[in-house]
Amino acid sequence: MVREITIGQYYDEESVIHRLDPRVKLVATLVYIISIFVVNTYIGYIFVALFLGVCVALSKVPVKYIVKGLRPVMIILLITILFNMLLTPGEILWKFGIFRISKEGLKAGATMALRLTLLITGSSLMTLTTTPNNLTDAMERLLRPLSKIKVPVHEIAMMMSIALRFIPILLEETDIIMKAQMARGADFESGNIIKRAKALVPLLVPLFVSAFRRANDLAMAMEARCYRGGEGRTKMKPLKYVSRDYIAYAIVWLYLAGCIAMRIFM
Amino acid sequence: MGIIKTDKVTYEYIRRDDEGNVSGITKAVDEVNIDVQPGEFISILGHNGSGKSTLAKQINAILTPSEGEVYVDGLLTSEEKNTWEVRQRAGMVFQNPDNQIIGQLVEEDVGFGPENLGIPTDQIWERVNESLKLLGMLDYSKHSPNKLSGGQKQRVSIAGVLAMHPKCIIFDEPTAMLDPHGRREVIRAARALNDVEKITIVLITHYMEETIYSDRIFVMDKGHIAMEGTPKEIFSQVEKLEELHLGVPQATKVAHELKKAGMPIPDGILTRQELREELKKCL
Amino acid sequence: MSMTLDHVNCIYSADTNHSVHALKDICLTINDGEFIGLIGHTGCGKSTLVQHLNGLLKPTSGQILFDGEDINAKGYDRKALRGKVGLVFQYPEHQLFEADVFSDVCFGPTNLGLDRKEVELRAYEALKSVGVDDDDFYNSPFELSGGQKRRVAIAGVLAMKPQILILDEPTAGLDPQGRVEILELISHLHRDEHMTIILVSHSMDDVADYAERLIVMEHGSIVYDDVPGEVFKNVRELERMDLGVPEVTYIMRAIRRIGYDVDDTTTKVDDAVEQILGLYRDKNRKQDI
Repeated sequence: MVREITIGQYYDEESVIHRLDPRVKLVATLVYIISIFVVNTYIGYIFVALFLGVCVALSKVPVKYIVKGLRPVMIILLITILFNMLLTPGEILWKFGIFRISKEGLKAGATMALRLTLLITGSSLMTLTTTPNNLTDAMERLLRPLSKIKVPVHEIAMMMSIALRFIPILLEETDIIMKAQMARGADFESGNIIKRAKALVPLLVPLFVSAFRRANDLAMAMEARCYRGGEGRTKMKPLKYVSRDYIAYAIVWLYLAGCIAMRIFM
Repeated sequence: MGIIKTDKVTYEYIRRDDEGNVSGITKAVDEVNIDVQPGEFISILGHNGSGKSTLAKQINAILTPSEGEVYVDGLLTSEEKNTWEVRQRAGMVFQNPDNQIIGQLVEEDVGFGPENLGIPTDQIWERVNESLKLLGMLDYSKHSPNKLSGGQKQRVSIAGVLAMHPKCIIFDEPTAMLDPHGRREVIRAARALNDVEKITIVLITHYMEETIYSDRIFVMDKGHIAMEGTPKEIFSQVEKLEELHLGVPQATKVAHELKKAGMPIPDGILTRQELREELKKCL
Repeated sequence: MSMTLDHVNCIYSADTNHSVHALKDICLTINDGEFIGLIGHTGCGKSTLVQHLNGLLKPTSGQILFDGEDINAKGYDRKALRGKVGLVFQYPEHQLFEADVFSDVCFGPTNLGLDRKEVELRAYEALKSVGVDDDDFYNSPFELSGGQKRRVAIAGVLAMKPQILILDEPTAGLDPQGRVEILELISHLHRDEHMTIILVSHSMDDVADYAERLIVMEHGSIVYDDVPGEVFKNVRELERMDLGVPEVTYIMRAIRRIGYDVDDTTTKVDDAVEQILGLYRDKNRKQDI
């Protein structure tokens, strides 16, 4: 059940997008997100969608796979649309009971839906084409200036990458403990909220115990392999810009300039 | 001096009650002396709680002795300036295959140790590929460790230690959580490293079948070394091993029972092949 | 109280390209009072199979009947079923969660809806039968040794008084002493409490001495289902599956190969010793004449 969520899971493929430096992808994603909120015309949205479409095509990730990943966020999307439709005042089109749908509401809902879809698809394209490790590496490098003001950038990045490594293990463990308690007659599915929350104790206690045990073991294993923080460490996969990264940066900035221009002149 | 030498090593766990007052002291390891020569394959046998893992962790400077001294390749482990040098020379493989893999790809995990040692990038790759090749895991270098079997995960862990170019490797119950197939994989890998790469191996286990190929066996009980000798010498003493709740390989057990009943069978039969040869002679 | 599996199939992630056919057309009857060893390599489907027996997993197709009733039928009381078919998972000590041993063992029977007195009585009996000291009843389960923790966890299932007890790798990670203790405990439950036992393992040596019936699985199918002696005749096949036969059986086969008539389905050290000694005495007698 939990394992069927594919949103943002790395999709292994050889493509230009996959090969780009993760820092470029991270910056580009940020720029892209900004651009969605910069444009405000239909042509603007078409421009953004075109940009995204080209990126998706270049990444060779099947559209079907991306759409499948979007499914779990559909509900959030629908709720947003509904709220926008119902709660925006303006010229009323339909009315049943207390519900009224205005022209403006319809427009706001549609815009919101469009923006969210573009946003989620765009950012999931980044995680689909970048391994989590590359991503944490990129963050570590981009945030490095912050370590001058005593922000533990290396430690944060290491924590993120370890967390990512253990998520699948802990998910599987959750599944096993849940089944084991169900075999002892536990019931996780019925009853009111308080009863259900209480029913989680037999699941959460063993899970925490296990997570602490794992953390302890892992810390020992890391020390045994001479880990002593970021200082003096070399990188197996150092990040290095090559020409295609500079070109990508140029395209991204041009794209943003285009969006801003549209906003101002159209 | 040998590559690993302990001198009257004692390790005490201090138990505390709910208020944090000392309520008792447990001596997990009690005045242990061992001396391991370079290139040896030694096993430390013992039931759970015999102190064997506590001893192992002191060879790698994860723990330092409460009393006594441990030397690894001539370096005193309790000196703080030696800690990293000791850990590089005496690598350690732990019990739980999941809880010692740090990387999200096999190759990244193997590279973790060399990265910590500050090895230049191109050399890291050399070491990673060489180690993975030695353990037969090169084809899996781009895989996620989560998709591997237990035995394969342990081989990745061994490769990760090997990439640090240690002189000896301590295996702390590496097979306890594996199925028979995985257990064989790991033991085979340990023996190959000893044979081919001449790396000193210390294998800690409670499966006696795994120790029969070692040069020497130490049997631990209640923090002491209770027995010491070659596999043949150790497994000749069936009664004593059973007293220590250890039991012996089944071929040894059968041979021992036959001898007790009066058949002319020598002590210290370890494998069914040996037993068959002996039975050929006297049946 | 027999259990019947009728053409049970289980397919994970059926509608995707990485679907796994974990159980293939399993037909099986588990009779009252049997001691079954369920053997197979990691990933052969044995754990999936046992999770079907108490309704934790639902078959993709096929039926599972307990006492003649389909356990996956609408309205069937699966909670009650889990009381009757007890399942002890691998490393069961990882599911302990209460502040003290006794409360943890009470968890199962409480969930069955029994009254307090009955719950406590059952918890007491279960803890006694696995050999936990009264002194440890009110200690935290997290402070016990590995072997003791496992016994407490088994007691947690026993307290529901199951008719069928399934144990998935109950000796994993234990030292030889702990292993023997757990196996003896299971044997006692079968012999004296007349429980039907299904012992899941990947080690022939673990089950050979105890099981009356062996089921060998590979790639989701049942390959052998017979008394141990018959199953062990297929040494080559068992070795191909990386299971092999018990060490003692190998020894007896070796003796047979050098020309002596011994029973090569023997699994116990004592039986083997007796047979070899018999041969030895025969030979001496002949020499005397």
